Amino acid sequence: MTELHHLGVAELAALLQSKQVSAVEVATRFLARSGGNPHHAFLDIDSEVTLAQARASDAKLAAGSAGPLEGVPIAHKDVFVTKDLVTTAGSRMLNGYRSPFDATVVARLRQVGMVTLGKLNCDEFAMGSANENSAFGPVTNPWNTAHVPGGSSGGSAAAVAARLTPAATGTDTGGSIRQPAAFCGITGIKPTYGRASRYGMVAFASSLDQAGPMARSAEDCALLLSAMCTPDLDRDSTSLDVAQEDFSAALGHSLQGLRVGVPAEFFGDGLAADVRRATEAALKQLQALGATLVPIGLPRTELSIPVYYIIAPAEASSNLSRFDGVKFGHRAAEFADLTDMYKKTRAEGFGQEVKRRIMTGAYVLSHGYYDAYYLQAQKIRRMIADDFQSAFASCDVIAGPVAPTTAWKLGDKADDPVASYLADIFTLPASLAGLPCMSLPVGLGEGGLPVGLQLIGNYLQEAKLLNVAHQFQLATGFHLQNPEYEHE
Amino acid sequence: MSLTATDIARIANLARLELAPDEGTRTLDQINAFFDIVTQISQVDTTGVLPMAHPLDAMPTMPPIHLRLRPDVASEPNDREANQRSAPAVERGLFLVPKVIE
Repeated sequence: MTELHHLGVAELAALLQSKQVSAVEVATRFLARSGGNPHHAFLDIDSEVTLAQARASDAKLAAGSAGPLEGVPIAHKDVFVTKDLVTTAGSRMLNGYRSPFDATVVARLRQVGMVTLGKLNCDEFAMGSANENSAFGPVTNPWNTAHVPGGSSGGSAAAVAARLTPAATGTDTGGSIRQPAAFCGITGIKPTYGRASRYGMVAFASSLDQAGPMARSAEDCALLLSAMCTPDLDRDSTSLDVAQEDFSAALGHSLQGLRVGVPAEFFGDGLAADVRRATEAALKQLQALGATLVPIGLPRTELSIPVYYIIAPAEASSNLSRFDGVKFGHRAAEFADLTDMYKKTRAEGFGQEVKRRIMTGAYVLSHGYYDAYYLQAQKIRRMIADDFQSAFASCDVIAGPVAPTTAWKLGDKADDPVASYLADIFTLPASLAGLPCMSLPVGLGEGGLPVGLQLIGNYLQEAKLLNVAHQFQLATGFHLQNPEYEHE
Repeated sequence: MSLTATDIARIANLARLELAPDEGTRTLDQINAFFDIVTQISQVDTTGVLPMAHPLDAMPTMPPIHLRLRPDVASEPNDREANQRSAPAVERGLFLVPKVIE
């Protein structure tokens, strides 16, 4: 039998349900894998918590009351609050924070039987594209440890790629699931805005934040997403009132006749040659599977950068005002009065990028600038969303690169925030529109670093995206490649 | 358009952030570099376009979203101890802050 840590969610679930392995065996195996915290992927691990959950899963499996994913391990990005493990969102502000409740997504995955392996490193408050903004230190890319894993869900992507966990949760505000999935050669999907509950996700930009799964294949992502996406109408005011869907049921459709829209703006001069090569080869593979490529235009792709980096910081400046050193989190030791306490607490608790975004947000919302920046950005946001609706008149899904390059070297963009923002160009448009979108591995570029293909669907078309990705993965082996990282 | 050191100080105060002197200069440079790429949005003709606050507002297949309210009944247990577990300063169930009124 293949070693347990090389198995995915579907395979592990089958072995557990047929009692060929126990949940405790599986959990023990993965806990051993993350010993010494390879790639600095984890921020909190508590083997007692994990093993207690595994023992409970084994009892349910024995009693015949097991959930569909009973005993399969998962690790959570540290922006999901958890009762039994520390939640920091990668920030010094929340160092040691213990939530009184579990995020809805965490609770749903427990309900189907999944066992929590720990909490995963990420950019502070999910603000970043390289995981270098974590207050607790960067994550390294398992394919080449001199490179970044992407961000902000960098710990999630690295942990799945390095076989430290078969699955992870991530959050995507402007590309934070898709880009690290691409950089680490794994599969990840961000559902339609409102599909997965935001309750218990530490808020960054509330009109953009969305949870999603990261795993080795579209098949595994479908299982996870089905469990994660349930209405949460009493706890999340933007939760969509649409019935839970079994995304695994729709994976078997042929791609014959599928119209794949290819936006010209995603293949301009800024696209690295190796990414272009792998992306175009993937498009040819889709054609070989019966799909037709349709040229489309997304004319405001470049504008999505300033629009996103106005709207997201504006929302962040409001959301992060709750960190004032009163009800939870860090408080400065010395201060003169209440205002001084706020200022010193926030100066000490937040990192550079977070402060920069709070200030940018406060500025674009301030008197005299609101109309020129925030309101204008919101208007262009609607034009970007409308562009997608025009495009979907002639295609079923949209395909293109996830990022202009493969994973860059640690430190390369650390002192140049704008360079990092520009690299988000291909993930931002779908985020602004709130569309479902995913990344799947389509080969290796220069230096053996993975390249991801982005698929974007219309609202609530997650099943279609996962079907396209699964058919691609049945015909190819890119998702089976792994960094062959051995660290035992 | 460029921001000045005075703007940065004003924004930092609005955002309740104390900035060290060298931090102010670096932030000024970085925020100005960002606003260099922002200027292009003023060139876009948005006459007649409604601002989009929210993706649910752009979904053609969804009914218009109204702010959802749940029934006004107590649904959460009293869990004060757990809720205050991570507070910096608590006394007899109250959050402590520096004196505000003399």
